[in-house]
Amino acid sequence: MRRGYLRGFAVIAGAATLILSACGGEEKTTTGGGGKKCDLALGFFGALTGDAANLGINIKNGAKLKIDQYNQAHPDCKVTLKLFDSEGSPDKAPALATQAINDQSVIGIIGPAFSGESNATGDAFNEAGLTTISASATNPTLTQQGWKTFHRVLGNDASQGPAAGKYIKDTLKATKVFVIDDASDYGKGLADEVTKVAGNAAGKDTVQQKQTDFSATVAKVKSSGADAVFYGGYYQEAGLLVKQLREAAVKATFVAGDGVKDQGFITAAGAKAAEGAIVTCPCNPPEKVSGTFFEDYKKANNGAEPATYGAEAYDAATIFLAGIDAGKTSRSDMLDFVNSYDAPGITKQLKFDSTGEIEKANVVVWSYIVKSGKIVADQEIKQ
Amino acid sequence: MDFLIHNFWELTVTGLTLGSIYALIALGYTLVYGVLRLINFAHSEVFMVGTFAALLTLTQVFGLPSGSLSISTISAIGYIIAAGVAAMIASGATAMALERVAYRPLRRRGAPTLVFLISAIGASLALSELFAVWRGRNQESFPDLVNPVTLFNLGDAEVTNEQVLIIVSAVVMMVALDQFIRRSRLGRGVRAVAQDPDTAALMGVNKDRVIALTFLLGGLMAGVAAVLYGLRIGTTVYNVGFILGVKAFTAAVLGGIGNLRGALVGGLLLGLVENYGSAIIGTQWKDVVAYVALIVILMFRPTGILGESLGRARV
Repeated sequence: MRRGYLRGFAVIAGAATLILSACGGEEKTTTGGGGKKCDLALGFFGALTGDAANLGINIKNGAKLKIDQYNQAHPDCKVTLKLFDSEGSPDKAPALATQAINDQSVIGIIGPAFSGESNATGDAFNEAGLTTISASATNPTLTQQGWKTFHRVLGNDASQGPAAGKYIKDTLKATKVFVIDDASDYGKGLADEVTKVAGNAAGKDTVQQKQTDFSATVAKVKSSGADAVFYGGYYQEAGLLVKQLREAAVKATFVAGDGVKDQGFITAAGAKAAEGAIVTCPCNPPEKVSGTFFEDYKKANNGAEPATYGAEAYDAATIFLAGIDAGKTSRSDMLDFVNSYDAPGITKQLKFDSTGEIEKANVVVWSYIVKSGKIVADQEIKQ
Repeated sequence: MDFLIHNFWELTVTGLTLGSIYALIALGYTLVYGVLRLINFAHSEVFMVGTFAALLTLTQVFGLPSGSLSISTISAIGYIIAAGVAAMIASGATAMALERVAYRPLRRRGAPTLVFLISAIGASLALSELFAVWRGRNQESFPDLVNPVTLFNLGDAEVTNEQVLIIVSAVVMMVALDQFIRRSRLGRGVRAVAQDPDTAALMGVNKDRVIALTFLLGGLMAGVAAVLYGLRIGTTVYNVGFILGVKAFTAAVLGGIGNLRGALVGGLLLGLVENYGSAIIGTQWKDVVAYVALIVILMFRPTGILGESLGRARV
């Protein structure tokens, strides 16, 4: 009996090891090429599993498309994409960052995807001199930490927030705004920026991540008579919140930031409650970026359309691959290359200022609107 | 404070709605604790399985689309009952299977209490990850079976059919369970084992069967909670049970763990305290308020509001 158990255990443990190693392995094809260093890799750093995995997967797919295209053009000197799945958790990110840093083949990181994990890993990447280009982390303070290695290919919340505030004030003409945030680095940062422009005349509240019942918040919004509600946070809570607001017959326009720009928002809210919700994003509608990205992406992903940050991730990968193509094979050369990069990408002109932000004049913010169960591009918010 | 006074009734009704769901889940913790002196930490996953059973019954078996529907009241009631039965069967079966796989072998070998705890946490993680792999890690939404309509006004609050449905069904289920434990033969067996397992066995009570029954009852209540949660919140996900489980356990302790009526009192009270707390100092303080309330109550009544009673002899 006992022996039987032991054997069973061994089988399970063996299977688990196999599965784990299968997850860790990536398609690695190293081919020696004339004099060039050809075992280089780019790291993807962000959530591939966990609550907000959708955003991470979009980013991975966008980057992978560019890398696949590069590898097709350079069959003798391929670049691999190594996946570091942080689950979007600032607690898990530091250990993974160490892993990425210790892997000498990794010459650049596309990510970290979220602001919280960027904050938790920035020091480590900076010390190791490993360049990161995030396609999605938008907390303004990230570029104020003195990290030399941090870059992002999109505007931050300091540009998204005022744009969202401007939209609420000028386009919606709302005067009584209720501002809610989820106390995360991202959500609170964005909500504060919106408050600066649009005010919070109707009131404010803070909810918790993973909360599902918002009755107290709903009661507050309802009794305030707000005509617009801004939510700084991610799509799971936003969906449930807007649903419960509509059930309580609150008619105020629901406005949220890029963390909500995901189909998961509509799944959680239901198409009826989500209808008319406005989502701002310092990202371009993928169908409106230059070049053939939209079609290429669909072809590479079985007809699935690119979603939020796919195009930005493509641009981030473009910068690194241009560096590899130019023979930058050490981390310090790559950092210099990225800092001096100045070329048009598919979303915008890609040029970083000294802090790692995209130059202010090139930042683009769009508003999107939920129409019959889909998030569609509305208009570019001109600042 | 002003806000609380103006919205008192609305906060009360929504707090009671959520509290009823806490209370139904709390019953599972309380029943098992009353009989086995064991905290079944995998009970949150029993609830989670119920939410998926209800969801899949509606979307796969009946082919309803998620999101808004236009169906008659009669068919809505039919769907709710069908989903409820499916969730109760699934949760009940999960709870019994848990007892069989995770606890009974340990009990047979006389394992120390700590081992049960580890087994419970392991079973809980295994179940939730199983669903994460099967259903993915994204939220899935229920069809909107109940279109909230205001039935009547209570003070300044508009009470909807959905809220009435949730509170009434939760209370009815709990009264039914309470009566079952008090009056039926099987219920007498449960009370006997809770009081003194060895003596009960000597008197001819089949201990294993009573324990299995206890898990089954807890599972059935979790199944009801799962459907009500689906109506109220409208989505589920593999880790939906975690926070609710912690809250329900808190409710059980608050009311007096091992005490069925205590679970009801604790659940409703916790729902109310959370809502009032959110209103007075802000939603981000909701959990702080709830746990401070718990600590304060335990300071003055260490066994909870109604005390432990399932196993106490009654004359």
